[in-house]
Amino acid sequence: MKKVVAAIIAFLFFVMFVSILNSDSKSLMGIPKFGEVNLAERVSSRYISKSVSEDAGEIIYGETNNAESGSANMVTSIVVNYRSFDTLGEVTVLFIATTGVAILIGGGKRQRLAISVNPILKISARIIVALLLVFGVYVFTHGHLTPGGGFPGGTIIAASTLLMLVVEDDKRVSKLLKFLEGSMGFLYVVIGIAGLIITGSFLQNFLPTGTIGNLFSAGIAPVVYSIIGLKVGAELSGLLDDFFAEEEEK
Amino acid sequence: MIQYFSVMLIAVGIYGLLSQKNLVKLVVSLNIAELGVNLFIVSLGYVAEGKIPILSPIVNSSSMNFVDPLPQALVLTAIVIGVAVTALALSLVLKVKESYGTIELDEIRGDNS
Repeated sequence: MKKVVAAIIAFLFFVMFVSILNSDSKSLMGIPKFGEVNLAERVSSRYISKSVSEDAGEIIYGETNNAESGSANMVTSIVVNYRSFDTLGEVTVLFIATTGVAILIGGGKRQRLAISVNPILKISARIIVALLLVFGVYVFTHGHLTPGGGFPGGTIIAASTLLMLVVEDDKRVSKLLKFLEGSMGFLYVVIGIAGLIITGSFLQNFLPTGTIGNLFSAGIAPVVYSIIGLKVGAELSGLLDDFFAEEEEK
Repeated sequence: MIQYFSVMLIAVGIYGLLSQKNLVKLVVSLNIAELGVNLFIVSLGYVAEGKIPILSPIVNSSSMNFVDPLPQALVLTAIVIGVAVTALALSLVLKVKESYGTIELDEIRGDNS
């Protein structure tokens, strides 16, 4: 009986939402038809042309110097430049959640796995871990040029930790990771306060933005994304390690 | 089409949240609903024939037709927070299993209605 009621409620929600999607979009003034978005009406057009404070004209890859936000990847320029405050809050939420997990289930001894691992697998896993670490660092240092950035890069680093934890029965994550996590969060705030002192607003870009498309461009964007990458990598590695801790005996 | 699909995912998630009694299944339902919401937000920024919002040697000028980068940036935030919430919820489920010996909501309450 309960399941029937649940199904009816879910179906009513579906019908309601679909009827909103199909209705005349002018009367709702919110949800446009799929694909018929006029970007010129949206605030994003200013992020794309990098003209939030003044009109910069056309931005050309490899030519434009000292644009407002010099990152070629526009999502990056939103995440760590125009709306960096949002990202600071997001990193804080991640930090609090991982701390909560550590308080709840962390701290015990390392859980033994039921199966024994083949030595060939162990050695090849070490090679893959090294490659994964390098790839993770590549992803977050090139976040302003290519798809990716701090969060995917950190997740790739955490994936290498997971592989190591699964293969090696007695390994634990180093205590230094906690220190790295905290110091990187601190550095993010320090960069924000440096922006406050130099330019007058929190987390504003204070480095020269360079030519669009170069590795050393985009001002603080690669710096902040490297900080986020290291922080997320350390945080998620610690999280995985907590899940490998032994349950307490009652 | 993708919008209907994402709304369907949200509805599936709501159905799971309302009908299931297993705590792990509840966490999975929450994740399905969240996935639907993320897909829906990304679809709101789609421009027909739009390019990816990354300047490169091929896509080399800001006057081209791009998809909206803002929903993508917001969904990036939402995904990371979703991972954090899921991890916290699963560790709570582990704690419930430790102290009650079960993860079925009925058996925790002690009534079998």
